[in-house]
Amino acid sequence: MVKIILRDREFEVRAGMTLRDALRKCGILPEAVIATRQGEMITEDEILKDGEVVKLIAVISGG
Amino acid sequence: MRCRKCGGKAVINMPQHRLALCKEHYLAWLPEQTERFIKKYRMFTRAEKVLVAVSGGKDSLSLWDILHRLGYQADGLYIALGIDGGVNYSAESQRLTEKFAAERGLTLHVVDVRAETGKTIPEWAEATWRGREKPCAVCGLVKRHEMNRIARDLGYDVLATGHNLDDEAAVLFGNTLAWAGEYLLRQGPVLEERGGLARKVKPLCRFYEREMAAYALLRGIEYIYEECPFSAGATSLYYKELLNRLENDRPGTKLAFYLNFLEARRAGLFAERSEVQQALHPCPGCGQPTSAPGLCSYCRMIEKGRDSQV
Repeated sequence: MVKIILRDREFEVRAGMTLRDALRKCGILPEAVIATRQGEMITEDEILKDGEVVKLIAVISGG
Repeated sequence: MRCRKCGGKAVINMPQHRLALCKEHYLAWLPEQTERFIKKYRMFTRAEKVLVAVSGGKDSLSLWDILHRLGYQADGLYIALGIDGGVNYSAESQRLTEKFAAERGLTLHVVDVRAETGKTIPEWAEATWRGREKPCAVCGLVKRHEMNRIARDLGYDVLATGHNLDDEAAVLFGNTLAWAGEYLLRQGPVLEERGGLARKVKPLCRFYEREMAAYALLRGIEYIYEECPFSAGATSLYYKELLNRLENDRPGTKLAFYLNFLEARRAGLFAERSEVQQALHPCPGCGQPTSAPGLCSYCRMIEKGRDSQV
């Protein structure tokens, strides 16, 4: 499984899918986040491997 | 995904530009584009003094960083709003802004709203009833007043803010829904100086919010990640989410919405309305320009809330 973290929320998705598919499964718009793995930014076509942790950084601010 | 420039591993994909870039080329591309927009919209030159309004957030600190890298004369202005919200919001924003300036040897002006006016933003909101639970209107009013005052008093040629494309598209969306003609007329990358109002520019207005967050992250800029505690439920955030849904299905929608608006305005769509610009006169209280009869809205707020005990 792959763990996806966005602020205080955590999701788990199956390994082997792309980041784009994983975000869709979690109901997260790719446009609203930046994905990092081990501190490095990754693009949406990246295939997620078992045991990985993807940390999402919310990009929307203001009010 | 591969970098278009060097074939290395891309860190960001921008479908709206059909462009993917590696870290090195992204960090070069964004300032190059900023420079292009500064020139295209004739924002300012290297001979002019720029005051950058910095909040401690990713956009304004990145803007300051970019202008510094490009060799512009850019100083910062931080306005301490006195918002705590259980997360020490203003104090932490100020700490990060001061750290940013100190590390780069940049000049930062700090205005403390409480020291200037006797109350913090939430206290003014409480005292004046102008949004007791939601002080955003008071906050905007005070910030506009202070930004203009400092820019004018310290002799800056231009005031730059870190508004990005998502900010601009959300405002445009709201104003279009309301057919707010006067506001539509005033929206754009440059707001010319008039009657004592400083010239205002938005050099980041064509960058997606995601692009600016990526820049801050890749440059290692430490910014306030927490949201303003009062922003929860804000209409502008709702509009941003709606626009992002459109963007997700149709890449480039946000950019086209904004650029087509600018082009339509340039072509004269709002020409008739441009003739009804309101006359400005100095406020008898603070001397800043206002279109209101008598005191400006800032001075009216101060007068109304001055005697309230909060």
